[in-house]
Amino acid sequence: MTANGPSMPILQGENIQVQRGGKRILDVSSFRIVPGEVVSVIGPNGAGKTTLLQALSQLIHLGKGVIYFQGKKIGADMTPLDYRRCLAMVFQEALLFDTTVYANVASGLKIRGLKSSEIFSIVNTRLEQFGIGHLRDRSAKTLSGGEAQRTSLARAFAIQPQLLFLDEPFAALDPPTREALLEDLNRVLRASGMTAIMATHDQVEALRLSDRIAVMNEGRVVQIGPAAEVMNHPVDEFVASFVGMETIFEGKVVNCERGTAMITVNRSAYPAAADALPISMTAAPLPMAEATDTDMNGLIIEVSGQAKAGEQLLCCIRPEHVTLSPGVRTDRSSARNAFPAVISRISPAGAFYKVHMNGGFPLVAYVTVQSIEDLDLRVGATVTASFKATAVHLIRRG
Amino acid sequence: MKRLTSLTCYYYLIFTLLILVGVNTVNAAPAQPKQKNIILATTTSTQDTGLLDVLIPIFEKKTGYFVKTIAVGSGQAMTMGAKGEADVLLVHSQAAEKKFMTDGNGVNRRLVMHNDFIIVGPPSDPATIRQSKKAAEGFKKISMTKALFVSRGDNSGTNAKENEVWKAAGIQPEGQKWYQQTGLGMGQTLGVTAEKKGYTLADRGTYLAMKKNLGLDILLEGDGVLLNIYHVIEVNHAKWPKVNAAGAKAFADFMISKQTQATIKTFGIEKFGSPLFFPDAEKKIEDLGK
Amino acid sequence: MDIIIEGIKQALSLLISLDPEVMGITWLSLKVSGTATLISLFIGIGIGTAVALTSFPGRQIVVSLINTGMALPPVVVGLFVTIFLWRNGPFGALEILYTPMAIIIAQTIIATPIVMGITLAAMQQLPRKLRLQILALGATRFQMVWLLIKEAKLSLMAAVMAGFGGVISEVGASIMVGGNIKGYTRVLTTATVMETSKGNFDVAIALGVILLLFAFAINLVLTRVQQRERPR
Repeated sequence: MTANGPSMPILQGENIQVQRGGKRILDVSSFRIVPGEVVSVIGPNGAGKTTLLQALSQLIHLGKGVIYFQGKKIGADMTPLDYRRCLAMVFQEALLFDTTVYANVASGLKIRGLKSSEIFSIVNTRLEQFGIGHLRDRSAKTLSGGEAQRTSLARAFAIQPQLLFLDEPFAALDPPTREALLEDLNRVLRASGMTAIMATHDQVEALRLSDRIAVMNEGRVVQIGPAAEVMNHPVDEFVASFVGMETIFEGKVVNCERGTAMITVNRSAYPAAADALPISMTAAPLPMAEATDTDMNGLIIEVSGQAKAGEQLLCCIRPEHVTLSPGVRTDRSSARNAFPAVISRISPAGAFYKVHMNGGFPLVAYVTVQSIEDLDLRVGATVTASFKATAVHLIRRG
Repeated sequence: MKRLTSLTCYYYLIFTLLILVGVNTVNAAPAQPKQKNIILATTTSTQDTGLLDVLIPIFEKKTGYFVKTIAVGSGQAMTMGAKGEADVLLVHSQAAEKKFMTDGNGVNRRLVMHNDFIIVGPPSDPATIRQSKKAAEGFKKISMTKALFVSRGDNSGTNAKENEVWKAAGIQPEGQKWYQQTGLGMGQTLGVTAEKKGYTLADRGTYLAMKKNLGLDILLEGDGVLLNIYHVIEVNHAKWPKVNAAGAKAFADFMISKQTQATIKTFGIEKFGSPLFFPDAEKKIEDLGK
Repeated sequence: MDIIIEGIKQALSLLISLDPEVMGITWLSLKVSGTATLISLFIGIGIGTAVALTSFPGRQIVVSLINTGMALPPVVVGLFVTIFLWRNGPFGALEILYTPMAIIIAQTIIATPIVMGITLAAMQQLPRKLRLQILALGATRFQMVWLLIKEAKLSLMAAVMAGFGGVISEVGASIMVGGNIKGYTRVLTTATVMETSKGNFDVAIALGVILLLFAFAINLVLTRVQQRERPR
């Protein structure tokens, strides 16, 4: 199910504003989730992700705005307490009670006044589901970070919420623990068909868990849509850089025919980059037949998409879409866009290395450790960086 | 299981405290009707010697009154009386008592008993006051030799008597290096005096009661000025309507009754070998010490 | 030194022989201080929690006042309580000066800020988000406060100890508002002072030892409970 589906939103926030210390820290005009959907909210620290979650879950006071749950207005058709009893929240810190794992998982049910016998079977199910059955009698204070967060998740699921809020639940965990827990959460979420909203600053987590992704910046939702759409078609420079489009540069459309646009890189925007290039290269960019524009100072790239001639655009490329080959290559058969570039910096990025280059404009590529050796990549070396016309995402400048 | 027991402990504690409250509310309520309470403001010496511990149970049993004995210095006792915060006083500070009466704070001031003050000091007696007969002379010697003198300095009856003697000796001891004020009761002041090997003026009763631990000797006694005379005064009911006049009168009458006077006469003989107080209810103040 | 050994011997013999007067004084001390502590727990935990969980103008001043109150000198409390309870004072009609109730009132006033201050600190030490977590678990406001108090129970146990320890050992207020009346308001501390001033150092030491024994026994029980709650 997606937002475009016909079903009524299970959760709908309209015109939500939250002030703190006289400053507006949240301002979201509309936020809707349909049943069974998993939505991730991503954005940098301080973007308002946590505030959005707490506002939607009615844990904090709204300055302005209305929340509807299954069409019922909170505070009018439904009390905030009744609403809170339909949801669960998991925080970055496990926030467990100073008691046993079992009692922790049971706590939400106990609050609702369930009988011990009912609690017993529900809790046991959830303990097994999150792989912590063997820890049931342990004191929560003695748990490892991962075990604690599993307990916290089990506690949230135990109350069978209709809505699950996850506020950076894995941010404090080490990568292997995070990986295992992410997998388990994904499994339980999908198996139960639960509606969930997760705040995270990790786009990979967001991609793996969610149907839709909302990107937040400075208290606003700047883009919301299906995960692939947000990842590959960011609406602005902020989203582009946040979803990992490392290469972003300005350009101007020269012409556009049959879904292919020719764009000149606005070199004046990158004077430092131009200065750093060897003279021979700046003076003689690789010849391109199409480059008939008089502005021969510009590099010209070929992009799939619709654009109007003369339009100013931002071109964004994900680093994994940029490939490198040794030396200056003149053969352009495999990729339409191939540019000689000088490596300015190589930094490790997880399993990959991130190679920063200067090809008249800044370029970033991911390469494997193997490639670093094979291609003899080092700072100062010249390589040919190429990318497909379809790898370039265009953002129109407001 | 461990958790269960600890919780049990926790609740048990609360439970115990709750029981305490329950018991307490029963006890805290006055055991007697309101007018049955008598507040007796008295000097520490009557309490510290244990005399009141003997007399009051007899009085309570006999009359049904409940006596709240507040043992403070004579000065404070009279202040309480002057504010109507006590019903009856048993005090030993002549000059202050007379003022108390002329101010209209008390009625029916009656002589109860006396003992005497003594000057005690280290057996070595560096100021050689042992040869003196008069208290004022002894004080003069102490000041001349600059031997340490420990004063209660608490405005008590004993303190008042001490000041009277200093005045008679024509000495202004306050501020002198050899003159120290404790601000404590008689017993503690005697303790301090013993520690510092100084001199002090004490009532005989308290001294006798504490003698065993002190190592201080009686160096001067028998001067007429050293008489320590106790009066019972009923606080003026006309001035303070809340004062329990009947109770105060009953207690004052009890103190001068024949039976009580007989008890006072023998009190202390068993424990200290000599009586601590001399009953005087039948006597006139001028005849004391003769 | 001899006098201390003598005193301890005396204490043991008074305890073993269950001397009725000493038992009476001890029992009264426990009752009075226990009651005062219990009342101060209700008021102190209540207000301490309220101040910890809310924000209002002047909160800083209230917190400073509570912290100052933690160091209230018992004699000052005794003085004010005495003045208020005088029969010609504002609460004179109650006629509770020189009764155990008066001592309970004074000791409650001494213990309450201690309990309040420790509660306040304990509640503020809990993670701020824990409140949100408890609300998100579907708790009512009352349930949330109760769960937070349970969460702070180790510190609150310390509040009980500090409060009880503060009042059972204080003498200034007890002697002023209670009057040290034999068999009625004489508690362990006031009796100790009196016996000292009488020169009965052995009895004074004996009473002191009993006081210490009780303070120790009660703290031992509370500490055991507290330690048992700790993870192994």
